[in-house]
Amino acid sequence: MSYVLTCPNCGTREVTDFAFGGEVTERPTERPTPRELNTYVYFRRNVAGRQREWWCHRSGCRSWFLAERDTRTQEVFWTALPGDAPPADEVTS
Amino acid sequence: MRLAQQPGERIDRSRRIKFSFDGRSVEAHPGDTIASALLAGEQRVLSRSFKYHRPRGELCFSGRCAHSMMDVDGWPGARACSELVREGLRVQHINAWPSLRFDVMRATDLFGGPFTPPGFYYKTFIRPRRLWPVYEKVLRNAAGLARLRPAQDEREWRTEYRRRHCDVLVIGGGVAGLQAAIAAARSGADVVLADEDLEPGGRLLVEGAHEEARDLVRTAREAGVEVLEGAAALGFFDGLVPVWQGSTLHQVRAARHIAATGTVEQSLVFPDNDLPGVMLSGGARRAAALYGVAPGAAVLVAATSDSGLDDALALYRAGVRVVAVADLRDAPDSADLAQQLGAAGIELISGSTVVRAAGRGGVSEAVTARVDERGVARSGTTKRHECDVIAVGGGEVPASSLLLQAGAHATYDERSGRFVAGELPPSVHAAGSVVGHESAAAAAASGSVAGLEAALALGIGGSEVEQQLAEARERLVAAGGPGRVAVAPALATDGRRGGKAFVDLDEDVTAKDIAYAVDEGFSSIELAKRYTTVTMGPSQGRFSQLPSARLIAKATGLSLGEIGMTTARPPWVTVPLGALAGRPFEPAKRSSIHGCHRDLGATVRWAGDWRRAYDYGDPQGEALAVQQTAGLIDVSTLGKLIVAGPDAGAFLDRLYPNRLSNLAPNRIRYGVLTSEAGRITDDGTVCRLDENSFLVTTTSSGAGAVEQWFSWWLATWDMDVRLTDVTQGLAAVNLAGPKAREILSSLTDLDCSAEGFPYLHARQGTVAGVPCLAMRIGFVGEVGYELHFPAAYGEHLWGAIMEAGREHGIRPFGMEPQRILRLQKLHVIVGQDTDSESLPAAAGMPWIVKLDKEEDFIGRWALELAADRVPESKLVGFTTANGHVPTEGAVIVRDGVAAGQVTSSRYAPKLDRVIGMAWVPTDLAVDDAQVQISDAGRILEARVTTRPFYDPEGEVLRS
Repeated sequence: MSYVLTCPNCGTREVTDFAFGGEVTERPTERPTPRELNTYVYFRRNVAGRQREWWCHRSGCRSWFLAERDTRTQEVFWTALPGDAPPADEVTS
Repeated sequence: MRLAQQPGERIDRSRRIKFSFDGRSVEAHPGDTIASALLAGEQRVLSRSFKYHRPRGELCFSGRCAHSMMDVDGWPGARACSELVREGLRVQHINAWPSLRFDVMRATDLFGGPFTPPGFYYKTFIRPRRLWPVYEKVLRNAAGLARLRPAQDEREWRTEYRRRHCDVLVIGGGVAGLQAAIAAARSGADVVLADEDLEPGGRLLVEGAHEEARDLVRTAREAGVEVLEGAAALGFFDGLVPVWQGSTLHQVRAARHIAATGTVEQSLVFPDNDLPGVMLSGGARRAAALYGVAPGAAVLVAATSDSGLDDALALYRAGVRVVAVADLRDAPDSADLAQQLGAAGIELISGSTVVRAAGRGGVSEAVTARVDERGVARSGTTKRHECDVIAVGGGEVPASSLLLQAGAHATYDERSGRFVAGELPPSVHAAGSVVGHESAAAAAASGSVAGLEAALALGIGGSEVEQQLAEARERLVAAGGPGRVAVAPALATDGRRGGKAFVDLDEDVTAKDIAYAVDEGFSSIELAKRYTTVTMGPSQGRFSQLPSARLIAKATGLSLGEIGMTTARPPWVTVPLGALAGRPFEPAKRSSIHGCHRDLGATVRWAGDWRRAYDYGDPQGEALAVQQTAGLIDVSTLGKLIVAGPDAGAFLDRLYPNRLSNLAPNRIRYGVLTSEAGRITDDGTVCRLDENSFLVTTTSSGAGAVEQWFSWWLATWDMDVRLTDVTQGLAAVNLAGPKAREILSSLTDLDCSAEGFPYLHARQGTVAGVPCLAMRIGFVGEVGYELHFPAAYGEHLWGAIMEAGREHGIRPFGMEPQRILRLQKLHVIVGQDTDSESLPAAAGMPWIVKLDKEEDFIGRWALELAADRVPESKLVGFTTANGHVPTEGAVIVRDGVAAGQVTSSRYAPKLDRVIGMAWVPTDLAVDDAQVQISDAGRILEARVTTRPFYDPEGEVLRS
């Protein structure tokens, strides 16, 4: 696995500069049922395709940002700080 | 023997330098390689072969074959023909004992032949099984080529990584590569060119066009190309190409790749084709053209194409005596070449090839003949030639390894008699002879085409570039296709017995071995490769790919197209492992006080990324000193985060299960961090500095993770908070013990009295002139002051405290005594006493979770669910009866079944008892319950305690 990511602050860097934060999950806003909590804490969608995910520029500015990547081809479609990311419902997956 | 000065030679004849070879002094000129200097001094034998220990001489003269491997100043894998001579270099042969001239292991060649077929070690050494350790020892000693220096410091060298992102990476600096780089760079692309030879220019350098080559390199540099010389592209990994150049590994990532890797000359297979003096005709030519060295006194050239004839003429013109040219074809393509040979008085023996080499320790005679379709000499056509060099040219194989690794497919082209890489993956272009554009004109045009196509694919350049591309394509068509190559016989022989015919000289694989492997059923080229190790030697099968395929074709009756070609795996050239490992980018961390610990004789150990004082030689005495007088420990390794801003308090309330927003300035609270699953992830103290800022400390090993955790939630929640990691900026020491107050008072104006500076309070002031944040906390259980201050003052403050404490009997203490002291207090070490499943309540800290907090916090829902359940096990303290210290990790057993484990255990000198912490079943987690510990086969009786062993009410701590 080898590709590059563009940190919104620092620019394009090797993926090994970054820490992966996993796919974006939705934290429940109301008290969840035990099943909902279990799903939130332990289960991931693990899609083969376009995925919105967290990355941290560990060896750089240490900022967290969002990226959308194809998990099969490693193609990265965009990266953005959380406030600048396109709304999640526009994402096709 | 040196020739007269050659027009493009690299050596400086006006100066002389000396080096030693096997202890003997050898003279050279600056610019010489070790091999060229040795050849000039008539040293024909360079090494002994891998398996049969046969003497071997120069083969390719390009630094690729195993023959030229030598130990150069302690580097066992150096290649003599690509390693430049430096004054005083110490060069030694490898793989021969006692000497290069006489090697006892040659016995395997002279007598061992029938006993050492392919795979003999699998067959011979498996019975009886119990003798394997003996066999293994012998085989291990016999295997390999050279020895590493035994001492670690003699092997250490510094390597660097460099990351380079560019538009276009051109691999290969021949005429095609240079033209491609120039075309792409002139169109506006950022171009890197990597060439593996000592000097870029490829064949131009040896074919009399060295000035043109040097002009092209200059032009490329002027166009902005970054030209890396002596830099080999090792492989193709998802678009990342590691390029090794001396001690630097460039990790080049390009949008487009242009492979201009050229071709590799193949050897011919005939009996005793490994005698020193048998070399590739291109290699012989390189020796003469680049270093002004005659490959020998009399050369016979064995050609299969016009390039062999060209080599013969070049050698003749350089001043080398060429006795004859045996050309496998009935007539050359170019009548002009034949005429020139005639004019030079060189006999051209058409339709013939070499069927045997003869000589002792080196070639003294070559036998040529016309051969039948099986490769056997036809009677009456045999000729003997007195010569000391046989220059062979068995055709060219495209150096397509990188293309194949990138995903291209190799197919056999009947017309040109070679494997051609096709179906190039997107983003990869190829230029020059690797894709059949052989003549200099064709290579140059194909280079321009590739460079311009790459630029257009990148969206660089407009109609002008398209116009240039059209012109370059026209030039390419005009330059014409490749010349005719005769397909050499798989094995040419004079029909007489005797002599080994090698297909892979690196691995000592003979034609017979291949036939043997096919007989045994290993008839696929991939299987035969693995069974015989053909093409698996240090040269990666460069010179034996085509011959081995031909031999398998001969043995199986299949065509070369059906047999195919193996893909050489990376790396393309041999590379020291150190170059791949590189220099770590996470170096050891040392606190600013580290020098003091060293001076005090501390035992230093790793603690995460840190080098820390483990003890100062007497952990028990150090622990006692903290309890009786005073101790000082360096705790600079603690993670330190400043959380500041209007929302800082609310932010911490969301991260910690207890409440922190109501903490008053200059007050301190202990906090445990939990995951969303409610499990303990880290712990530390939180000190409110003022209305809007907090200093959070974390465990030493968790500093990075906590900072990432905090900043992640901050990115999610978008609160008005700033995080500043001051772990490295602040040093910290903990001064603890009955005399700590007195010692601190003597160094500060702060009121250190019990009333003026109570437990869990913080003060800001100067200590020994250093601005400090002083916090009264007690990890070790005594009155203690944790001082945080700018790291630059580390040694000064440490020295001042030690000096002030001297009259009180202060001692420095390390991590180990600290662990004894905290265990007496049952203070948990996260990660030691807890794991990824530990809940706060079960770990003895139910009070840390405030479920009555109104706000939501991380892990709240999981902790609420957990609160309704009785945990299976709990973390408690224990003592053992008989003074035996159980191993950490020992098992708690109940009715013979594992029911928990010991997490910490120590002998506590002040209590004179063995104490520890363990996870035990919840019903046993009560004072005075008896549990059994199974430790390395013995059962220990232990008594449970839920209260600290020392100062259970915390009176000492708070005093």
